[in-house]
Amino acid sequence: MAGHSPSVDTKTLWGGGISPFNLSYGKIMMWFFLVSDALTFTGFLLSYGFMRHRFAEVWPVAEEVFTHFPFMHGDHPLLYVALMTFILIMSSVTMVLAVEAGQRMNKKGVVLWMALTIVGGLIFVGSQAWEWYHFIHGTELGALQLADGTIAQWMSDAKDALVLPTGVEVTGAEAAALIQSGTEVYGANLTVNEYGLPLFADFFFFITGFHGTHVFSGVVLNFIIFVNVLKGTYEKRGHYEMVEKVGLYWHFVDLVWVFVFTFFYLV
Amino acid sequence: MSDFDRTAEYAAHHSEEEGVKMRKTIWAIFWVLLAVTTVEVGLGLVWKDLGLAWPLVKWTFIILTLVKAYYIVAYYMHLKHEYKNFKMIVSIPYIVLTVYFIILMLIEAIYLNEEVDHLLM
Repeated sequence: MAGHSPSVDTKTLWGGGISPFNLSYGKIMMWFFLVSDALTFTGFLLSYGFMRHRFAEVWPVAEEVFTHFPFMHGDHPLLYVALMTFILIMSSVTMVLAVEAGQRMNKKGVVLWMALTIVGGLIFVGSQAWEWYHFIHGTELGALQLADGTIAQWMSDAKDALVLPTGVEVTGAEAAALIQSGTEVYGANLTVNEYGLPLFADFFFFITGFHGTHVFSGVVLNFIIFVNVLKGTYEKRGHYEMVEKVGLYWHFVDLVWVFVFTFFYLV
Repeated sequence: MSDFDRTAEYAAHHSEEEGVKMRKTIWAIFWVLLAVTTVEVGLGLVWKDLGLAWPLVKWTFIILTLVKAYYIVAYYMHLKHEYKNFKMIVSIPYIVLTVYFIILMLIEAIYLNEEVDHLLM
């Protein structure tokens, strides 16, 4: 974290070819890329927020959608996504420890912490795949898509009474007529979503998918740098700045998740 | 070596003693991030039982998120210790644009929600 030379001659900063920010070209460009990438994610979350406020009354509650946990029965809202968040925070810590070890030219430390970061990243991507699987397959009970395209939830396993998206409960002959004209749906895809608005599923796939792609490419980048560390490339070069650059990217991925976690799952 | 590839001149190094201090900071920030996440998840599970008002809970979530984001960017991404001009270049355009777009998004979405006949999904 330290290591800036305090004696920068301001008269020669630009003309002298010295970075006015006392940072290398590569690191500055990584930051600029991250700012543009941050704006992309901001755009996604803004459009999500737009639709959410637009259809505020009928927007599905994430707590009621993501209730599964591996090897456990029953409802565990938020528990699994909390674990995923913890894993990603952990891998952010191991990444910054790799950077710290690199600044001490401690190759063994960089190898250890980068390996753990890669493992953390892979666990996170795996968890996301698991969550997608459950979201796509949906519940055993499913839901009823009415003739007008809206989704009504079953009131019980008997499947003879419904709750409309507006919260109105329908029973008896009225329900039977709706069941007659509607279709049973299970799980979610881009056009049908048993939990409610298809838009919710669209945004879920799009935003967590885009983030997952970032995590995956982060793991690939980390792996490439990890191999270079093993080969001693940076030992020879005299500095481990490449580790810092992929570290910036990795922290950014964690940062995006912090926001996705809040706006998709919590609020 | 090309003109711009002068990375070695800017690469950060530090001693073993400095390393001890830095690792202390890193773990301290980790505990902050973990605590904030635990509070968020805990609050998400119990706010209804406690009878808390949703707007209060929602804003608590958003503020806690911004706190987490600050710690990640400032410490893990090291932005706090960069030159002031660089901090400005990275953060000001992003913050200005984002705040502006959030305001526009809320105005438009809430207008459509209140004024336009919806449930056309």
